[in-house]
Amino acid sequence: METLNYLNDGHGLASWLLTKDHKRIAILYLISITGFFAIGGFFAMLVRLELLTPAGDLLSAETYNKVFTMHGVVMVFFFLIPSIPAVLGNFMVPIMIGAKDLAFPRINLLSWYIYILGGLFTLTAALSGGVDTGWTFYTPYSTAAANSHVITAALGIFITGFSSILTGLNFIVTIHRMRAPGMTWFRLPLFIWAHYATSLIMILGTPVVAITILMVAAERALHLGIFDPALGGDPVLFQHLFWFYSHPAVYIMILPAMGVVSEIIQAFSRKNIFGYSFIAFSSLAIAVIGFLVWGHHLFVAGQSVYAGMLFSILSFVVAIPSAIKVFNWTATIYKGSVSFDSPMLYAAGFIGLFTIGGLTGLFLAAMGLDIHVHDTYFVVAHFHYIMVGGAIMGYLGGLHYWWPKITGRLYSEPWARVAAVIVFIGFNLTFFPQFVAGYLGMPRRYHAYPPEFQVLNVLSSAGASILAVGYLIPFTYFAYSLFKGEKADNDPWGARGLEWEIPSPPPTENFTVSPIVTEGTHQYVHPSQEAKLA
Amino acid sequence: MFKNFPLFPEAASAQAGQVDAVFFFMVAVTAFFSVLIAALVVFFAIKFKRKNEEEVGADIHGSLALELLWTIIPFGIAMAMFVWGAKVFFDLSRPPVGATEVYVVGKQWMWKAQHMGGMREINELHVPVGKPVKLIMGSEDVIHSFYIPAFRVKADVIPGRYNTMWFEPTKAGTYHLFCAEYCGTKHSGMIGSIVAMEPADFEAWMSGGKAEDSPVASGAKLFQDLVCVTCHLSNAQGRGPVLSNLFGHEVELEGGAKVIADEAYLRESILNPAAKVVKGFQPVMPTFQGLITEEQLLQLIAYVRSLSQPGAAPAASTNSSTPPAAGGRN
Amino acid sequence: MLKGHAEHFPGSIHQPPLASNVDAIQPGVHIEHPHHPKLQHHFDDMGQQAEASTLGMWVFLVTEIMFFGGLFMAYLLYRWQSPAAFQEASAHLSIGWGGFNTAVLIFSSLTMALAVRAAQTSESSRTQVGWILITMFLGVVFLGVKAIEYTEKFRDHIVPGPYFDATKWEHPAGVEMFYSLYFCMTGLHALHMIIGLGIMTWLAIMASKRTFNAEYYTPVEVAGLYWHFVDIVWIFLFPLLYLIGRHYHHG
Repeated sequence: METLNYLNDGHGLASWLLTKDHKRIAILYLISITGFFAIGGFFAMLVRLELLTPAGDLLSAETYNKVFTMHGVVMVFFFLIPSIPAVLGNFMVPIMIGAKDLAFPRINLLSWYIYILGGLFTLTAALSGGVDTGWTFYTPYSTAAANSHVITAALGIFITGFSSILTGLNFIVTIHRMRAPGMTWFRLPLFIWAHYATSLIMILGTPVVAITILMVAAERALHLGIFDPALGGDPVLFQHLFWFYSHPAVYIMILPAMGVVSEIIQAFSRKNIFGYSFIAFSSLAIAVIGFLVWGHHLFVAGQSVYAGMLFSILSFVVAIPSAIKVFNWTATIYKGSVSFDSPMLYAAGFIGLFTIGGLTGLFLAAMGLDIHVHDTYFVVAHFHYIMVGGAIMGYLGGLHYWWPKITGRLYSEPWARVAAVIVFIGFNLTFFPQFVAGYLGMPRRYHAYPPEFQVLNVLSSAGASILAVGYLIPFTYFAYSLFKGEKADNDPWGARGLEWEIPSPPPTENFTVSPIVTEGTHQYVHPSQEAKLA
Repeated sequence: MFKNFPLFPEAASAQAGQVDAVFFFMVAVTAFFSVLIAALVVFFAIKFKRKNEEEVGADIHGSLALELLWTIIPFGIAMAMFVWGAKVFFDLSRPPVGATEVYVVGKQWMWKAQHMGGMREINELHVPVGKPVKLIMGSEDVIHSFYIPAFRVKADVIPGRYNTMWFEPTKAGTYHLFCAEYCGTKHSGMIGSIVAMEPADFEAWMSGGKAEDSPVASGAKLFQDLVCVTCHLSNAQGRGPVLSNLFGHEVELEGGAKVIADEAYLRESILNPAAKVVKGFQPVMPTFQGLITEEQLLQLIAYVRSLSQPGAAPAASTNSSTPPAAGGRN
Repeated sequence: MLKGHAEHFPGSIHQPPLASNVDAIQPGVHIEHPHHPKLQHHFDDMGQQAEASTLGMWVFLVTEIMFFGGLFMAYLLYRWQSPAAFQEASAHLSIGWGGFNTAVLIFSSLTMALAVRAAQTSESSRTQVGWILITMFLGVVFLGVKAIEYTEKFRDHIVPGPYFDATKWEHPAGVEMFYSLYFCMTGLHALHMIIGLGIMTWLAIMASKRTFNAEYYTPVEVAGLYWHFVDIVWIFLFPLLYLIGRHYHHG
């Protein structure tokens, strides 16, 4: 007879759609986020197909502009920002701290419904003709000149922002108030530190973009004139308000992935993380300093040179904690007992690609250099290295690592390794040529381009097709594992952490009795030594 | 497809070398650390490969010395990059005195340029090699960005204000001009050419073209047509302030504030006259918002500027003469 | 390796004997134990629940500060740019209505605090409901005054947009900007008040059913925090919008 766990504890649609269990809510998010990833990926495919040739011959200019806008909007707001926190965070945060659920389970469910509602608004905008402002909605184009469904899309993003805010709120209160006895701050897994820092950004930054996007919608609907110079407004004010959130937003996207990497590196080196408190404090430092750098998006907008210098130096400073993490992860592998299972492949890939992505960010932080590469494919390559080479690799790594815990099944490890390698190769082929194209001068958001950029674009599109294959393979073997995968026991990887002490899949209330924590959760001690210590 | 496959942009301005130097330094640092980290990860993974199921890693928790090392060294490198980048930015944002000025107006989806000598261009800009050129740019509608990859320069062109940029071409030739801020349907069609010519050829081109009015002459004509002249007399009797010897000087406003009469001030005074009323005058000037294009604004501004240059008609001025500040906001 | 294996590394945690062996965990078995009817099961006790709820509300209020903050930033920028226009526009607002509304809200915060106290000290449900209803009444008064003010603006063509009458003003562009911000800021504030009234309604119903007493009054406390926050926002809005450059005139 099957043991009772969260998956079979209650059947029927209602038991899922009205659930308060953080684990079921994580699954709801997993399904919807995968759907949005497919939509965003579809738009990406159209972009790369169009860019195979210099002429704008596949799509009309208007359609192309809508396609890249929708790619950005869907990927940023409906995939990247929620992905790890809403799926892996929702599932793991309570378990890792020894709690039965998040602090506010009903608000957690509300969070998902808000996300779906926002998604429906945005999909409505897409299906009824699309938006063509770019995901950045710069004024006055978005408020006065664009001929597309700006307000619907803006409202969709506005609504979804509250999903983010409520998730962050839930995590903060949970981590503060629901830790098991003995789980002090410095015994917390680094995944928790990462989500705590991420949640700080979610609650402080998201409301600002919410009110900004509301003002854009109001200006467009009511001709208010806050950002439109023809009505007396200041278009650069929009940029400041927008980037005040949207820069920290990229740290919302990367910090959770870094948390995943910290967990995976430890598990697959069977070794404690090197420099625990440095990594923990680095996460906080990134969150705080990340709020002070937004002006690096306005270097060529006519911002004061002195303001620019302040933003530039802080942009360099914010890179240092990330560098510290990369060095600490590398040092963790040293003298570990290393096994290159698929989660570790993704984590290792993350380290390499994030290093490149992060360092190319410094090119943009250097003001004099930014003048040349701003708004070119260099920027596009930089952020895709971080968000795809970094965040998505982290997400996939985490999915693989915790899949046995979440589903109680093992997936096909050989296929997983193949997919990881394909993703890595496809990714680099897609985005490395874009660095070259960018420095050559190819601007962003170009539907047609001069012929000398074609070879680089063809390489990029070829890479994209390989990357797409790489993403489809996990989808297949994960789905297969749900029906035919070998059953997993508590701890298939031999890893440490509270989540590996409970069954796979976990029971609904995680722990029937609160565990009492006596030391840090990642003490890798050989069983023979355990006997000596006992 | 492979015939035209450049991997690095041409360097055709005096600024390009500076920018490329920063770039190469950063490429070197990036390559060094990427390769280092990748090599270490791979090397450690192989050297410390798990030998049996029961094996665990060593009991190491950290090292303050290492943390300090890999905090301080990257910080130092980052600060060097910051200083270097800032220095290049400073140079790129301070046009030298005496640079040739050209007015540029961006609109969906074309670039219009007006030389002071009267030549007008659409989607093309002829410039002389070896001389600094300063562009004063405005937009008629949405935000655009004037980008010349071969010169390594770019500046956003924002409606409601003027942005400037400058460069000095070093090599004759034709180079790409791109709009680099998404501006709607034909954003990728808002491209053109920068044609750098040897000074002699440039002179020939300037004089060989259609005899158009210079911006100053067009502005003078507008000044009459829009009846500015009825209030802005050349003596202090008019309802509006005297405009000769105004540009570049300090103006005292009602309420005591002082501003410099630069392009932005003139533009605002034409479009929103009540915003800054000169001391001693009534706010009776009508607004010309919606009645005048960006190009015409630039022509009027050129005309008012010309009234401050030596040789312009002198007039009694109520303003104190202070040295002119650098014109144009960056 | 990715193989199910029965051995796993002994935990560094100590679970009481009941749960230390994996197989002995019986999920779904609910051991009956006395607890407050309002205790949610993922909390250990009422104290933890109350602390979590209040911390949650404080975090939410921080997000609200950031939400209003964007509008305050826009206000700061445009006031700095057009001080004379803002002064002209502000002078047209009725300081009488504004001041009255300020007094109404401050008083309503007092009655709300008394409602929280009534719950905290287990006063009768009549008393609790009474204070909540008075608070709601004051909130409605506030909204009523705002409705009067808004109607006046519509009537006098002061609402920004195509029907704005620019001829009445010395600085029409700046005045229109001021009123754009005025409507956005007070409108957002009014929306929060309406939501607050909704929360109060629910609270009053719960209070009438004798839900709240010294053992459990967190919802009242948390609603009180929200209400005080809405009040504080108005205390910033009032001088920034109504009192720019005002002078006290004798007589």
